[in-house]
Amino acid sequence: MNYLPYAVAAWLFLVGLYGVTSSRNLIHLIMCVGVIQSSSYVLLLAIGYRVGGVAPVFVDIPANSRAVDPVVQALMLTDIVVEVAVTALLLGLAVQVHKRHGTLNPDRLTKISG
Amino acid sequence: MLPVAPVALPLLFAAALAALTKIISQRFSQLIAVGATLTSLAIDIYLLKGSATHDIVYWFGNWRIRDGVALGISFTIDPFGAGLAGFAAVLTLAALLFSSEFFDTAGNHFHALLLAFLAAMSGFSLTGDMFNMFVFFELMSAAAFALCGYKTADPGSLQGTLNFAVTNTIAAYFVLTGIGLLYARTGALNMAQMGRALSSGRVDTLVLIAFVFVICGYLVKTAIVPFHFWLADAHAVAPSPVCVLFSGVMVDLGLFALARIYWATFNPVLHAHLPGLTTLFVSIGVATALTGAFMCYLQRNVKRLLAFSTISHVGLIMTGVALFAPAGLAGAAIYALAHGMVKGGLFLAAGILLHRFQSVDEHDLYGKARREPATAAVFFAGAVGLTGFPFSGLAAGHDLMSASAKSAGFDWLRWIFIFADGVTAAAALRAGGRIFFGWGPVEREENAPKHEEKPETEGRHQYTPATMFIPACVLVVGGLLVGFVPDLKQAAIAAATQFENSRAYAASVLDSQYLRTVAPAAPEAPEMLPGLLALLGAIVIALVHLFSARGRQLSSALWKPLRLLHRLHSGHVGDYVAFLTFGMACFALLCVYCFS
Repeated sequence: MNYLPYAVAAWLFLVGLYGVTSSRNLIHLIMCVGVIQSSSYVLLLAIGYRVGGVAPVFVDIPANSRAVDPVVQALMLTDIVVEVAVTALLLGLAVQVHKRHGTLNPDRLTKISG
Repeated sequence: MLPVAPVALPLLFAAALAALTKIISQRFSQLIAVGATLTSLAIDIYLLKGSATHDIVYWFGNWRIRDGVALGISFTIDPFGAGLAGFAAVLTLAALLFSSEFFDTAGNHFHALLLAFLAAMSGFSLTGDMFNMFVFFELMSAAAFALCGYKTADPGSLQGTLNFAVTNTIAAYFVLTGIGLLYARTGALNMAQMGRALSSGRVDTLVLIAFVFVICGYLVKTAIVPFHFWLADAHAVAPSPVCVLFSGVMVDLGLFALARIYWATFNPVLHAHLPGLTTLFVSIGVATALTGAFMCYLQRNVKRLLAFSTISHVGLIMTGVALFAPAGLAGAAIYALAHGMVKGGLFLAAGILLHRFQSVDEHDLYGKARREPATAAVFFAGAVGLTGFPFSGLAAGHDLMSASAKSAGFDWLRWIFIFADGVTAAAALRAGGRIFFGWGPVEREENAPKHEEKPETEGRHQYTPATMFIPACVLVVGGLLVGFVPDLKQAAIAAATQFENSRAYAASVLDSQYLRTVAPAAPEAPEMLPGLLALLGAIVIALVHLFSARGRQLSSALWKPLRLLHRLHSGHVGDYVAFLTFGMACFALLCVYCFS
């Protein structure tokens, strides 16, 4: 078992969280959310990977040949679709924030507190 | 096909309404939305009745179990799941009716979004597949973000929605990471199959990490301390009918997921650690209840005040779920039902105030609503209802949770209930006294940050339309009277016993065998004292705050140490995510301690 992909996933996760926490720009912040998301892709692919496995399309290969796990790929694809919608929504909000507040810096958004 | 209808029907009509938004009138679109919601409500009730003896298992495309391996995706419907979906439909109906005068100028997207939200909530409650649950979680979140930020012209609204969206999206990745790890271990996504596969192994690091990720992700949705920051911001800015859904059912769904995933998947492997987990989750629930109560009392924006009250109450519901016993879960379910209706009515009353007077600030509205006896009646009935006075809906939940806590050795929990209920109700009564009677002093100077909220309807309105008043009234009255439903407690305990029987759940999904579960008897006499104490305490605190200058000085001296807590709610999304990370690290450490 190769631990590198899991280490990469953990690193992306942490670095994304750090980015969101310390960000001074909403666009940058939303991209950092995307980095956290990429961590889950790396994790899922690492889980489904088989050494020497082929693509799981069993039309012209023997049914018992070694293939990578198609389930995690399906999960990832679903996740991408959902996240595209959420990221688009977040970016739309960022545009509106810039229109109404004249800034993209989350430090300057002070309409709500307490 | 029937089990799918509560999800498919609203989703189809949501798509149709969104596509035809330019063609059909707003009235017609509302009519269609109400029709779809009513139909799915009827089907939910049918499923609730049908699942009373054993879980209903539905396999999509008839891809069933083969050799203990789930080939397809299943809906596994039990009375709690069906009941929660039905409750979501009831609140959606209230929101739809209430909004008919609301968005005079807005398009039909609002109805489409509400239907998509309902579809996601129904699917979330009915599904038996962990990844499927995650997808509905995401769909629910996306619809919720859009609904929350519906008033994009309002600067505060954007900030609140952004905080909500970023924290909940990160929470979704927590869940997904946890699911990925569990899949790596078990090769399954069906919750029952995962549970069976896990039970043959032991509790190692991977199970621990997966548990922490999945549970923390759903705790964010439930707004448990320290993951709760987004909730107050989202509620303060969302349109009032949307707040009804957020407070009434969305937070409860997080707890439902926690209970479902624990009992279906983790119970077989973690059962030996149950006492430790009980202490852990009860403590988190108590911390949430107290934080919510303190913060609630410090608010002057009525919607934000109600939001913190929701945090406090969801903490109490969490303690019921965390007792991991049938009576505790049954009490939590009844409490959640009654609280959702009462709180929904209160949010709608706040919405009426916003409609009539263009503000929800306690001090701005000082004495303005003197000639509103009907709204005042709804508001005060709701505020008093929050105390859980004897025979009200909340009291029925209290009784069961207290009885369960007593037998688990947490007898002191009843004092937490009394305190949290009393303080949150006192805050609501105080606000009501100022707004509807003009009692007490008023702060004209602006030392507290004022929430400028744009009105949801245009122009000044001289009267309250029936479509606004009736849903508010029905919800509050329903919440107060739900305790009188005959055999409610016994039915809830039977449903909870069925819910918490991991072996029966696994057998019904994996072996198509329906095991009978025997429910314990419900405790007999309702308790009077706790409810009366909370009610009395709330009235005394509110009156002292309004009428006694010395009492106010004393209370502000007492609250002073809590200013720090107040300042932590900074409205800054980075801070919230930092707390989220910190909270998850703490939770992981506590779990390590629990499992070792």
